[in-house]
Amino acid sequence: MTDRALTPGALPGDDVAELRLRDVAHAHRPINYGGWILWVVTILITVDFLWVIAHNKNFEWSVVAQWFTAESIMRGLSVTLGLTVVAMLIGVVIGLFLAIARLSETKLLVALSSIYIWFFRGTPLLVQLIFWYNLSTLFPVISIGVPFGPELARWNTNDLITPLTAAIAGLALNEAAYMAEIIRGGLLSVDPGQVETTQAFGMTRGRALRRIIIPQAMRSIIPPTGNQLISMIKATSLVSVIAMGDLLYSVQAVYNRTFEVIPLLMVAVLWYLLITSILNVGQSFIERYYARGEKGSSTKARRATDDDVISDAIHMGDAR
Amino acid sequence: MTAPIPTKAITAARPLVVARNVHKSFGDNEVLKGIDLDVWPGETVVVLGPSGSGKSTFLRCINHLEAMDRGSIMVGGEQMGYQLRGRRLQKLSSRAIARQRQQIGMVFQQFNLYPHLTVLQNIIEAPIGIHGESRREAEAYALALLQRVGLTEKADAYPRQLSGGQQQRVAIARALAIKPKLMLFDEPTSALDPELVGEVLAAMRDLADQGLTMIVVTHEIGFAKEAADRVVFMDGGHIVEQGKPEDVLVNPAHPRTRAFLGRFI
Repeated sequence: MTDRALTPGALPGDDVAELRLRDVAHAHRPINYGGWILWVVTILITVDFLWVIAHNKNFEWSVVAQWFTAESIMRGLSVTLGLTVVAMLIGVVIGLFLAIARLSETKLLVALSSIYIWFFRGTPLLVQLIFWYNLSTLFPVISIGVPFGPELARWNTNDLITPLTAAIAGLALNEAAYMAEIIRGGLLSVDPGQVETTQAFGMTRGRALRRIIIPQAMRSIIPPTGNQLISMIKATSLVSVIAMGDLLYSVQAVYNRTFEVIPLLMVAVLWYLLITSILNVGQSFIERYYARGEKGSSTKARRATDDDVISDAIHMGDAR
Repeated sequence: MTAPIPTKAITAARPLVVARNVHKSFGDNEVLKGIDLDVWPGETVVVLGPSGSGKSTFLRCINHLEAMDRGSIMVGGEQMGYQLRGRRLQKLSSRAIARQRQQIGMVFQQFNLYPHLTVLQNIIEAPIGIHGESRREAEAYALALLQRVGLTEKADAYPRQLSGGQQQRVAIARALAIKPKLMLFDEPTSALDPELVGEVLAAMRDLADQGLTMIVVTHEIGFAKEAADRVVFMDGGHIVEQGKPEDVLVNPAHPRTRAFLGRFI
């Protein structure tokens, strides 16, 4: 009878000993021998691969170390980072306006935005960069004035277009076209009931976008934008064709003198990897911020039930 | 302390809402075929009718969420969505329409709380952002409203952490926070589990007793019986019958009303 008292739920006639053995609270995971073997093999291959690379004389790791933080490389790195940040910021801002224009009820805005996106997504970035750089051959003089009327201001194109401005214009305007589509997709992903609610409360469209719609759209805008940012870091290497001294360009400048091509490319590769790794960490922080108010991964309204508590506990278990 | 609900004496000189000959079609489907309705200040009007009778569409025409095809709707002496300039009727700008809507609270079937904001932030969003109240006064009023609907302890929760009934009570508090002249309820209990309907109806009955002007589209006959000053029965895009709940619900004159109510007995 003491047995019965220690086993809650046992009814008369139950095999108490077996019931206790079958209680899932004491269940164990079976030992997964296959999984352990896979781990060992994978680690062995990885270590061997790293060993081979580290001891391959052709990589000339001493040269990599020598140039890794050299002044000219650092200058190139700062150009790459600066270009990425500036072009991305301008691209996001223009992209936001393009997305809003494309979703507006004004047909003219929809058409203008669509044509912009069509053109800048439809032509190679490399070609766009070369065009911007050579703008002066198409338009020697740029002026602002009334169409077909008097001129208000004029500049020599060659004074305006330096490698820097050509690079920023090319990268940012191209990026804007892609960001516009990403942001448009994000805005469309927000429940239409939310838009309707802001209308019913008499919010202006601008305030509704700023306070209600865009914060909710961010959840689906952030991941592809992280992608775009990483692409942008690597796309900046294209500006080396217009004599802009980015990371790749400064590496090339060195190996054109020393002929240590592979180790210097390794310098660039390691820096690109380092930057993208840092960005990945940053992205996951931003994603967590915009996930506030969300429970689990479900986007549908759910009632708070015991099931949720259990599934939350399981997710926490997985995370460990 | 309970939040004061703006009340108006029922002895007003003219109706708050005047709808005349309201027509609305979606494509070939004519949903509203000429609706005439007056709603007096302080009245609770419950609109009943089968699905597809046009009652939700009519409600959405009142605050111009839906643009109607013919007729006119006046709220508080202003025509919703339009303006008479001399003898020319002009569409209002979206900004002017937004200003008209700021007097009207609305509660939706799907609650539509802002999921990225806490309960308190949901409630003070419009008072601060649209009505220019200070944060302190908006928060004080929001907390008083939360107390009325019995959710004071949920002020810092996010909507997803609440049950459907709790979310809808927050949505009611959010709509009240703008101190509306008129409240519209669009099937407020239709998305709720049966055991959660009661708490929302109780909150609404409380408002009706306070003399808030309310138009409620619902399937809850019990609520109509207890809280309505007037029941309006719609079918096929027409108002078939209207009157005091004890008349319309107990002795319906129209066979359509009888058939509809028969399903609930």
